[in-house]
Amino acid sequence: MGKVVLKLGADISTDIIYPGRFMATVLPTETPQFAFVDDAAFNQKLKSKQIEPGSFIVADKNFGCGSSREQAASCLVGWGLKVIAKNFSRIFLQNSINVGLYMVICPTIEANEGDELEIEGGQVVNKTSGKSFPIVPLPQARQAIIDAGGLIPYTRKMVLAGKR
Amino acid sequence: MGMTMVQKILARAVGQASVKVNDVVEPKVSLAMSHENGALVINQFNEIYKDTGIEARVWDPSKIAIIFDHRVPAESSKTAGNQKKIREFVAKQGITKFHDIRGDEGGICHQILPESGYDLPGQVIVGTDSHTTSHGALGAFSFGIGATEMAAVWALGKILNVEVPGTIKVVVNGTLPKYVEPKDIILHLIGKLSAEGANFKVIEFHGETIKKMSTSGRLVLCNMTVEAGATGGIVPPDAETVRYLKTEAGVKNIPELFGPDADAVYEQVVEIDASKLEPQIAFPHTVDNVKPVGAAKGIKVQQIVIGSCTNGRLDDLAIAASILKGKKVARSVRMLVFPASTRIYQQALKKGYVETFMKAGAVVMNSGCGPCLGIHQGALADGDKALATTNRNFKGRMGNPNAEVYLSSAATAAASAITGEITDPRTVTPAPKTAKPKKAKVKIVKPKAKKKAVAKKPVKKSVKKAKKTAKKGRK
Repeated sequence: MGKVVLKLGADISTDIIYPGRFMATVLPTETPQFAFVDDAAFNQKLKSKQIEPGSFIVADKNFGCGSSREQAASCLVGWGLKVIAKNFSRIFLQNSINVGLYMVICPTIEANEGDELEIEGGQVVNKTSGKSFPIVPLPQARQAIIDAGGLIPYTRKMVLAGKR
Repeated sequence: MGMTMVQKILARAVGQASVKVNDVVEPKVSLAMSHENGALVINQFNEIYKDTGIEARVWDPSKIAIIFDHRVPAESSKTAGNQKKIREFVAKQGITKFHDIRGDEGGICHQILPESGYDLPGQVIVGTDSHTTSHGALGAFSFGIGATEMAAVWALGKILNVEVPGTIKVVVNGTLPKYVEPKDIILHLIGKLSAEGANFKVIEFHGETIKKMSTSGRLVLCNMTVEAGATGGIVPPDAETVRYLKTEAGVKNIPELFGPDADAVYEQVVEIDASKLEPQIAFPHTVDNVKPVGAAKGIKVQQIVIGSCTNGRLDDLAIAASILKGKKVARSVRMLVFPASTRIYQQALKKGYVETFMKAGAVVMNSGCGPCLGIHQGALADGDKALATTNRNFKGRMGNPNAEVYLSSAATAAASAITGEITDPRTVTPAPKTAKPKKAKVKIVKPKAKKKAVAKKPVKKSVKKAKKTAKKGRK
């Protein structure tokens, strides 16, 4: 169970999630400080630990469009945030899988800031409104990377098995 | 059933006779490109090998390209540190396609790859930059990936879990009117498809307009396909591709060319009549917010940016210079020009474009990405509006979330630099040819000019200067 802490519209670009001017910062341990940094109020809430890990960001279509910068996914992982969107842009989706950002594709999602959500049985259950919304499952090949704990451990296994 | 370009390329890359849309494949990679974010790739690459007892070696150092372009020369010690880390890695691994900060072979990755002959038709190319879609202009399947994914490519030489994408066929016919450019075609198309209209798909370009278009123009089209969400853009290679590879990229061994099957199956077909197109503008803050230039008439801008991996090539600089010749950039405008590569910069110098820009009042910067994404020079103030030939107008893109970015072709940007407001380039008249030699002579007398400046309004002085430039320019 987690609370919706940020409700966003369509076409949220990586320039909003992680502005280009902080791209020289690359390490996943250092990127979280710049998550949504141009939304000063939200960024401050993150930094002052007012947001519980496991909280949700809910967005409309095409979340993460634009740049391939992986910082946009790793900065959210650092705060333990989960993202539910009607759909995701391709590179952001793949980056999320690779670095272990918990994200869910839910084309019909209805939720407001403050609502309590639970992911159960292939659905997003909005405990506040009492409504449920089906999740679009990821293709199996991508799920395998998530199950391995991300692309690094997945690739490490292949390297150890000599599969080049 | 016939295959599209991307299906045929992927089938070859996995050694199969055919692949179907949505098949999961692991194609061999021909070229793996990174820029300064190579610093993160190195970190993730080393993570893969951590505690394995296996030495971290890239699969093939001749197939990795690293081009410094995002923050050149380094704007901070942090960037300098990242660049140093990459240099050391390049030396250690023996990576050969490395373009450091240099005036002879440096530039923006999406220009360096084609002009250096690294891009070839039929290849699978990946890059840690979303505009890696550009290289489809040479008939490759080329797409952007994240840093961790690149680390896996460096280790394995293949890209994991690629679903064969469906293809949207875009057919462009008709002759582009004067001052309507490839940029206007792609902006129009993005407006039509929307910012997610091609998500997880490839856009394949066809038609007479594309056949006649230079590789430079095709790079513009493929570059911005990602703004419609596309995985890649692709132009089936043809005689123009061969010309470019041979004469501009110095490629001696051209691989066998192939196009899509005649009975290839497309998910959608979009037709565009180029002869009816007008100059287009993408309004803030999404690239699909596209309207004809007339809708933006009178919008005052404080910064004009001509350059980037989208429109910083020689023909962009040529058309901008032809419009600005003998004219002045409005006093209310800062105009920045950054060529796509140092080779293009040198060509622009030889052809006199740089002189034209500088005399008009523009600042010609070194080749790089900086202003486009607000990370290195050219940041906007609160309330500023910019018109740029770059590829994105997202909130905060040019370094400030309280500013606005409009996108256009180089012709529209140059015309707007003169007026200080978004201007249809088709309405710009050539510089007056009436400057008299006598007046020009008077201007040379320095003390007199200074005295005059006190007495007269500075506006008149600038008019005189413009006339003088016009006269010189005609020689």
